[in-house]
Amino acid sequence: MITFNINGKEAEVDVDEYTPLLWVVRDVLNLKGTKFGCGKAACGACTLHVDGEAVRSCSFAVKYAQGKNIKTIEGLGNEENPHPVQKAWIEEIVPQCGYCQPGFMMACAALLNKNPNPSDEDIDNNIINICRCGTYFRMRKAIKRAAEIMEDSKMNLE
Amino acid sequence: MFRKLSLPLLIFAFVSFLVFGSVVLSKEQLSETDIKESSLSESDENAILFNTVMDVLTHQRCINCHPSDNVPKQGEDSHPHRFDITRNNIEAATNCNTCHQASNNDFSGVPGAPHWALAPHNMQWEGLSRIEIAKSILDPQKNGNRSHEELMHHLTEHELVMWAWEPGKDLNGQTRETPPVPKDKFISAVKKWIESGAIIPENKN
Repeated sequence: MITFNINGKEAEVDVDEYTPLLWVVRDVLNLKGTKFGCGKAACGACTLHVDGEAVRSCSFAVKYAQGKNIKTIEGLGNEENPHPVQKAWIEEIVPQCGYCQPGFMMACAALLNKNPNPSDEDIDNNIINICRCGTYFRMRKAIKRAAEIMEDSKMNLE
Repeated sequence: MFRKLSLPLLIFAFVSFLVFGSVVLSKEQLSETDIKESSLSESDENAILFNTVMDVLTHQRCINCHPSDNVPKQGEDSHPHRFDITRNNIEAATNCNTCHQASNNDFSGVPGAPHWALAPHNMQWEGLSRIEIAKSILDPQKNGNRSHEELMHHLTEHELVMWAWEPGKDLNGQTRETPPVPKDKFISAVKKWIESGAIIPENKN
């Protein structure tokens, strides 16, 4: 039995310990926001957070989730209280087909957690997911906008 | 008849040993048994141990993560790591552990081992000769301030070094190539080479 916290709730799963976390999240816990893309840790559609770090869940054996805090796109924010990245994604109308976007948003949230004001180079070095619709330009604008929203909310709190 | 032939046969055998035996004994692949059973000089034995160690350290399983251009390499052809991954990613949001975990993942083909990481900046081996690599691993400024004994433990016990003999399958499901020396022979050679003074042979590349 493997236990972890996912989106603030405790979870206990009885699966082979080498099962990719992606399939546990989608098929066992029924959280369908995290997507399967390539299965080779190459496209980033399956990106989620493990203890705050972006991880390609198709290549992450669930045994490494034991005792960890997992966050998926469902836990990043919601309609009433969206994460700054989700707000910016809506403002900049980023998605085209949308399939890869949860992975992108999780990767961008992880980037902004570590680097609240990323340069274009920082974005290029960190956001290496693949979008077949080619929404990269809009994403770049949205990441910068998300950084502004985060900074504004920080100022409001102060 | 036999007696008449015995002297020429003995001479032939002796000459053959001198000619062919010396060629065989100079091969880097001689086993520990060969060393024990032969009458090699100390410097020849040291050269064999040295080359056994270097056969491993110069293999792509090791060199791929000891780059000299800050770009990790991948595969048997040591191509630059896909997705423009560089040393700059080490502390970044997208880092080694975004994809690489503490064990190989044979579903995705992503290799993994405990402490999976690029070698530190001062441990650049790519493009160096065997002698240059040896000098580097023996230099405390470039080996993480390790003594000879600590270096021996690192090379013979560290999980990431030992991963070279259990490198898993690649993204096409093909088992990755292991170094050309078996693990137990490498460990034995490292210990003997270091215990005998870690002498770097001259004029060997």
